[in-house]
Amino acid sequence: MDRREYLKLMLAGSVGTGLLIATSCTDEDQALSEKIISDNSYGRIPEELQRDNELREAVFFTAHERKTIEILCDLIIPADEVSGGATDAGVPDFIEFMMKDIPSMQVPTRGGLMWLDNQSRKLYNKDFVDCSTSDQQQLIEEIAYPQEGDEEMQYGVRFFNRIRDLTATGFFTSEIGIEYLGYQGNRATMWDGVPPHVLKNHGMSYDQKTLDESLKPENRTKIAEWDDEGNLL
Amino acid sequence: MAFEISNKNKKYDVVIVGSGAGGGMSANILSKAGLSVAVMEAGGDYDPAKEEYRTQFRWPWESPRRGAGNPIRPFGDFEASWGGWEIKGEPYTKTAGTEFDWFRSRMLGGRTNHWGRVSLRFGPKDFKRKDQDGLGENWPIGYEDVKPYYDKVDKLIGVFGTNEGLEDDPDGFFLPPPKPRLHELYIKQGGQRANVPVIPIRKSVLTRPVNNERGVCFYCNQCSRACGVYADFSAGTCLVQPAMQKGSVDLYTLAMVREVLSDNTGKATGVSYIDKRDKQEYQVHAKVVVLGASACGSARILLNSKSSLHPDGMANSSGMVGRYLHDSTGASRSAIIPELIGRERYNEDGVGGTHVYAPWWLDNSKQDFPRGYHLEFGGGMSMPLYGFGFGMDSIREYVVDEMGNPSRNGGYGIGLKNDIRKIYGATVGIYGRGESVAQYDNYCEIDPATVDEFGIPVLRFNYNWTDYEVKQAKHMQDTFEEFLTSMGGQLLGEKQGEETQYGLEAPGRIIHEVGTTRMGNDPGTSVLNKYSQAHNCENLFVVDAGPFVSQADKNPTWTILALSWRTSDYIIDQLKKRNIG
Repeated sequence: MDRREYLKLMLAGSVGTGLLIATSCTDEDQALSEKIISDNSYGRIPEELQRDNELREAVFFTAHERKTIEILCDLIIPADEVSGGATDAGVPDFIEFMMKDIPSMQVPTRGGLMWLDNQSRKLYNKDFVDCSTSDQQQLIEEIAYPQEGDEEMQYGVRFFNRIRDLTATGFFTSEIGIEYLGYQGNRATMWDGVPPHVLKNHGMSYDQKTLDESLKPENRTKIAEWDDEGNLL
Repeated sequence: MAFEISNKNKKYDVVIVGSGAGGGMSANILSKAGLSVAVMEAGGDYDPAKEEYRTQFRWPWESPRRGAGNPIRPFGDFEASWGGWEIKGEPYTKTAGTEFDWFRSRMLGGRTNHWGRVSLRFGPKDFKRKDQDGLGENWPIGYEDVKPYYDKVDKLIGVFGTNEGLEDDPDGFFLPPPKPRLHELYIKQGGQRANVPVIPIRKSVLTRPVNNERGVCFYCNQCSRACGVYADFSAGTCLVQPAMQKGSVDLYTLAMVREVLSDNTGKATGVSYIDKRDKQEYQVHAKVVVLGASACGSARILLNSKSSLHPDGMANSSGMVGRYLHDSTGASRSAIIPELIGRERYNEDGVGGTHVYAPWWLDNSKQDFPRGYHLEFGGGMSMPLYGFGFGMDSIREYVVDEMGNPSRNGGYGIGLKNDIRKIYGATVGIYGRGESVAQYDNYCEIDPATVDEFGIPVLRFNYNWTDYEVKQAKHMQDTFEEFLTSMGGQLLGEKQGEETQYGLEAPGRIIHEVGTTRMGNDPGTSVLNKYSQAHNCENLFVVDAGPFVSQADKNPTWTILALSWRTSDYIIDQLKKRNIG
């Protein structure tokens, strides 16, 4: 969202506009805002920016590991007729970053990838990335269902649970994932309760007390005043 | 609000340590009375209206960790919180066999930038618990002393809620609350069936304006990121900033206060601090010293303020500084509501956090634990952030297809993708927040062997829950189960039992720590008098949660604000009468 649009949104909900205009609309501020966007800073303080930049510059996965992660990600969240899949959503980059951000993930993930290749070589005589998609799927079937997995496969189950978690969260927090999910918020609006047809579908309603005491949209910019008993006038 | 001090030799009427709820309110009231004020903040300057600090309206993909916590913002990458339970260069220690986690914010406005805005008055009984159960101590003041200040805080800052006529959850001057979301209607229904009354929560978020200086809520659910139009209450934006614009207030940022200075009569003369930029020590002089550095932060400063007249630290002739430290209890549970699986999408962000809550509804004389707790709730179709989509290895089975067959836990592929979409917004959480009993043996003290990176001796904590809190947590777990089941929920996770103290969070984890400099009429058993003035140093005051005698089953901020205002009025009066200063 660009700055002007943001300000517009802020103003839409605000009566205290003087404040914003006074503090936010100078050329200097505009330049600062552009610099912030180009720095990836999203409101960072200097220590955070420095740490984030260091993490972005470091590389954790080898090319082979990275290739394996990409295949796993797209097996877990594939593209379909509605949306792209995990690699379209940039999930491998996100997983790469998290390995460095939460270092305790490194050994189990790296070890899990090794375990996967080891299994793959036992079954198919090749690394996981060199297998056909159907062989890859057959191997994944053995570790994808934790309650049904073989005792021998528990290392793989644990590993796959973690990769499933990271892939799912990476996908559903991406732009295309959020569109697929249908999240409607993160914008300035007026909350006036659940839409009537949704209430009806769930057999719910607002009782009279709730309707009487809740905010009326038409009053939302009127400065509140009370009588001595605390009743809103 | 960039601000640099040019004149470090100025003598102020008042120096205030800390810019959070207590310090911010005091700065606001004292400066309105025409006093010159220095505010000392150990962290940096912060203003959510400025682009350089803005995290509001950010999308998850703007964060490389998708909103997960980082070492500086443990609650999440977008939270308006610089600090946490661990701060680099600022350690604390614990006596073996005890536990306490100390959360500190290092920024203008302190923890009020990201808090939940749950703004509850204490009730008449909360000030006199000893009268009812014989435990702990009564406050030297009652609800009638604080009520006028609660009223003024309501009107100055703004809080939504409803007048319910409940004895111990007093009525106030409320703005209209937002309507409940869909899952909150299920919660209300569950409450009815489980005999737990659920009412609109009370939060310091402006559903209507209280003045022309702050904007009103536009329902983005991001109060924890601090609001760019100041529609939520933060001490920096709503108290310190206006005080600086209208009064004579100098803000010292990155100023780590070491101790309170005193003269040869024992009176306070100011504070010494380390400037974090040049690591040099400076002094600020004032007629009156007000501590609002947080309960433990202020105790630490007092204990480190040793002189020949104050050999055990300032205000500590009773030896009570640091004693009676207590946090709220906390435990939680969650469930999936089958009726909400595959629900229709619309924007239900609402205000930050829950729209409804359940104040304590039972009589403790009929329970096997002495103090109550309230319930808060989570859920809804909120913005997906790091952690969303986790746990499909155990919760996917709650998704059922048209034929009534549950999905297999775990899995991969288009089916998994689709099931995560279906389960979105179907989970609810229930959180108990209760009152613990203040104990002499739960305390913080100076660690004789450890200093922070500024050379200041650090705190060592000694804290254990007692049987009272553990029994209360057990009751919470039973309540959670009954409540969630009553609303048709399928419980997630295992019920916490004795081995985990019924899921009771470690002390400090609820971040409601209070009581280290408690007030009282007896100088032998308390640190401050009923105006939060030190018994043995007339121009030294404490305005954070240190003066609390007992915590109540309420969140502490509204009471910190009311008491800080009351103390500030007293300071103005005493200065006028030339009794102090």
